[in-house]
Amino acid sequence: MPVPREGAPTGERPQRREGPGGGGRKQYFRRRKVCKFCTEKIDIIDYKDVRLVSEFVAERGKILPRRLTGTCSTHQRALSEAIKRARNIALLPFAAGA
Amino acid sequence: MRNYEMIFIVRPDVADDDVQKLITQMESVVASAGGKVDKVEKMGRRRLAYRVSRQREGFYVLFFVQGTGDTVKEFERRLKVTDAVIKHLTICTDDILQRAAKFKALRTKQEAKRRRSKPAPAPAPPPVPAENAQA
Repeated sequence: MPVPREGAPTGERPQRREGPGGGGRKQYFRRRKVCKFCTEKIDIIDYKDVRLVSEFVAERGKILPRRLTGTCSTHQRALSEAIKRARNIALLPFAAGA
Repeated sequence: MRNYEMIFIVRPDVADDDVQKLITQMESVVASAGGKVDKVEKMGRRRLAYRVSRQREGFYVLFFVQGTGDTVKEFERRLKVTDAVIKHLTICTDDILQRAAKFKALRTKQEAKRRRSKPAPAPAPPPVPAENAQA
């Protein structure tokens, strides 16, 4: 590694280029999101657990998409069911805010 | 017989005694309609996420019931007739419990597999070369 003086930096540079304007490829490394229900081993997504379920609802009351939360498809399905039930019994709003 | 979860919201201006009276009344309704009450839970007074019949608050009551479709029908009919109840929801929990049990079984199976496959290679090779190198 210490032998080639000129070669080393050029070899390193393309990998390091991830700051602003880094060619638009991989600008920065995003941590891979994992499903909260899988990691915490929550089998039943209870619609009565407002604090848990409301984490997956946007400010205005919309269900957050999987690509934002990292929920796996099985749990997203169960979650959307739970959110809709919570809305039905007035634990969560259908549409919040103004 | 199936497992049901019934939740209903009582008006906030109803006195606690009357809520209790309503609960005992609903228990008898379940019993007379061929069901069985497993548990009753008072979730207490909560703010509603939106207005329901001009109320902003409500007293949540939760019933865990075993019964048939007729039990549910009668229960819901009684709730609709009762003026103090402003909203109700019935859920059959059989599917949910079944799925949860499946997940649990799957996980224990996977863990057992991991335990079986991991310890075998892990303890055997590392100590032997280390001892040889030191000696």
